[in-house]
Amino acid sequence: MAGSGYAHLRDSDDVVLALRDIVVEFRVGGGRVVNAVSRISIDVRRGETLAIVGESGCGKTTLGKAILQLPAPNTGQVMFEGTDLTKLPKEQLRSARTAIQMVFQDPISSLDPRMTVGEIVGEPLWIWGRGSEADREAKVRELLNNVGLDPELVLHRRSYEFSGGQCQRISIARSLALEPRMLICDEPVSALDVSIQAQILNLLQDMKDRYGLTMVFISHDLAVVKAVSNRIMVMYLGKICEVGSPDAIYSKPAHHYTSALLDSVPVPDPAYQRNNVALQGEPPSPVAPPTGCRFRTRCPAASPLCAAEEPLLREVAPDQFVACHHPRL
Amino acid sequence: MTELFAVEDLRVQFSTPRGQLNAVRGITLSVRAGECLGIVGESGSGKTVLWRSAMGLLRGRKVTRTGSARLEGRELLTLTPKEVRQYWGTHIAMVFQDPMTALNPVRRIGSQFVEALIKRKGMHKDAAMARTIELLRLVRMAEPELLVRKYPAQLSGGMRQRVMIAMAIACEPKVLLADEPTTALDVTVQAQVLELLSDLREKLGMAMVIVTHDLGIVAGHTDRIAVLYAGEVVEMASTLDLFANTKMPYTEALLKSIPRLDGTSTDMMEVIDGAPPDPMAETVGCFFAPRCKYATDKCRHEHPELVDDGTGHFYRCFYPLGKQS
Ligand SMILES: Nc1ncnc2c1ncn2[C@@H]1O[C@H](COP(=O)(O)OP(=O)(O)OP(=O)(O)O)[C@@H](O)[C@H]1O
Ligand code: SF4
Ligand code: SF4
Ligand SMILES: [Mg+2]
Repeated sequence: MAGSGYAHLRDSDDVVLALRDIVVEFRVGGGRVVNAVSRISIDVRRGETLAIVGESGCGKTTLGKAILQLPAPNTGQVMFEGTDLTKLPKEQLRSARTAIQMVFQDPISSLDPRMTVGEIVGEPLWIWGRGSEADREAKVRELLNNVGLDPELVLHRRSYEFSGGQCQRISIARSLALEPRMLICDEPVSALDVSIQAQILNLLQDMKDRYGLTMVFISHDLAVVKAVSNRIMVMYLGKICEVGSPDAIYSKPAHHYTSALLDSVPVPDPAYQRNNVALQGEPPSPVAPPTGCRFRTRCPAASPLCAAEEPLLREVAPDQFVACHHPRL
Repeated sequence: MTELFAVEDLRVQFSTPRGQLNAVRGITLSVRAGECLGIVGESGSGKTVLWRSAMGLLRGRKVTRTGSARLEGRELLTLTPKEVRQYWGTHIAMVFQDPMTALNPVRRIGSQFVEALIKRKGMHKDAAMARTIELLRLVRMAEPELLVRKYPAQLSGGMRQRVMIAMAIACEPKVLLADEPTTALDVTVQAQVLELLSDLREKLGMAMVIVTHDLGIVAGHTDRIAVLYAGEVVEMASTLDLFANTKMPYTEALLKSIPRLDGTSTDMMEVIDGAPPDPMAETVGCFFAPRCKYATDKCRHEHPELVDDGTGHFYRCFYPLGKQS
């Protein structure tokens, strides 16, 4: 199996997270194997936000969790601040993980309804025995304030009394309790109303600046990541299609899949004439992914070469890398 | 044009331990034959309560409904539960955000369809199976003959949504009601499902109501839009006019909060700060005033009426946008 290539990797001191040849496979019944992530390599610089974008089932959540070793990848390296997390013994991994936190899609069900908001946000501090009781309480108040919630009003209430947007604020406060250096956000706004999405996206941006975070932002929607990302990686069936700056990705996508994803975003303008639906059908099964380019069964430009040979990532423009035999540029 | 479905001064209150909750506060709107109406509002704006009660569904001791909701002149609010069930599926059909609520997880797709067709249409078993395959083809499912043998859990979210749409149109309803039909789906599948719904509406001549929190997704798929806020209609117009000639500050704010591909890449997105009013509280003035950047003293003390600008564009605001005052 060929990899997706390495042309897009950067060699610089401020790379805090470097994934190398990550493979995650799940055994399902009948000796079959789901190829969730197939040799992906990517890096993230300090203070950067990397967006990982792709359709349901492309492996984006699995990749995000592989960073935290939840579960650990079958093969590959996860270098975080120079340490390979896949090689760490359990205890060390546990403490390394406090530096990387995750925020999930469904804010309501990811919070324990039996706990008060104060307990939810303070729990990580308590587990790790950070500070005195009074320090912890002060820290919880500060966190709630920072995410735009009034501690007096929310501390003693339970999560089910809050709306989705407020629950997401609570999750974010909790994820920041241990002062992580990296935040992995998995579809943090897709369960929320549009009007609330913008509030949460702004909050994340604000927290990133305030706490000096590096972020990985996972989403199926290129419009949502536009406002928050510095670099975008488009994934399809466990492989990288394209990596580049937002400018490149939005104004001149080189991969046919990137372009189809962009065309699927609804245009809030009734006068806009949409062509036919950009992408028909759904991705094939990751149990038996297509040979060569995995996108070829849905690609309008597929040729025999695409079935025979897997395309490797190569640079088509400054800081724009595409894995395609017949790129649009 | 004839009004197929008409809601008049509909009010819905819930009795709760904390007191009376006003979910819908006097809504009047209509849907014409073959038309597609979008009902847009934030969570809690009353959009689900509106259509559920209008369709005769919300009832019980804790619910007070007044006003009227008529389908082809027939009052729905006073139907008996049995009559409501007869209306459902034949005159009105629904598609929800979560298709699993409409599908039985332990029965094969085919047998669920066949049963429904036998029950509602009195079809013979073989004819019902043939019709099932035809319906699945109509919603563009590949290999319907294989699909009928599958269980819902074996399908992706997008495929389940198509199956539910096929089920909804099985009895050729006059109105198809879709409540957040694409919220749980990927953008790619969302585009497919919306296009499928528009296409079916044209083919079958149904009217359709799409209920959503996202103005962006209904822009290209509706003829008219009603924007709801705190249980009231605050703006209603043809889709083209609503976007080109927005009058309500609330609608304008909703439009600005949609993430866009063509927007300038500013660091922070525009947001509507704050939250809608507590539906339990007695509110005076314009309900949007606490969040409105144009609010004046008048707005805080007087409640604006819904007015027509003379072209069928309704708005509820003392200082509509686009007018020099
Ligand atoms: N059965 C019920 N009993 C009491 N209150 C209810 C009930 N159903 C809804 N409500 C309340 O009525 C108001 C309107 O709810 P509704 O579900 O229509 O909003 P919505 O716009 O559909 O929101 P969402 O997008 O969250 O579904 C809310 O304040 C809600 O809490
Ligand atoms: S490699 Fe071939 S199939 Fe794949 S995206 Fe490029 S043109 Fe399409
Ligand atoms: S009436 Fe006043 S507060 Fe209400 S929307 Fe209009 S300007 Fe804003
Ligand atoms: Mg609803």
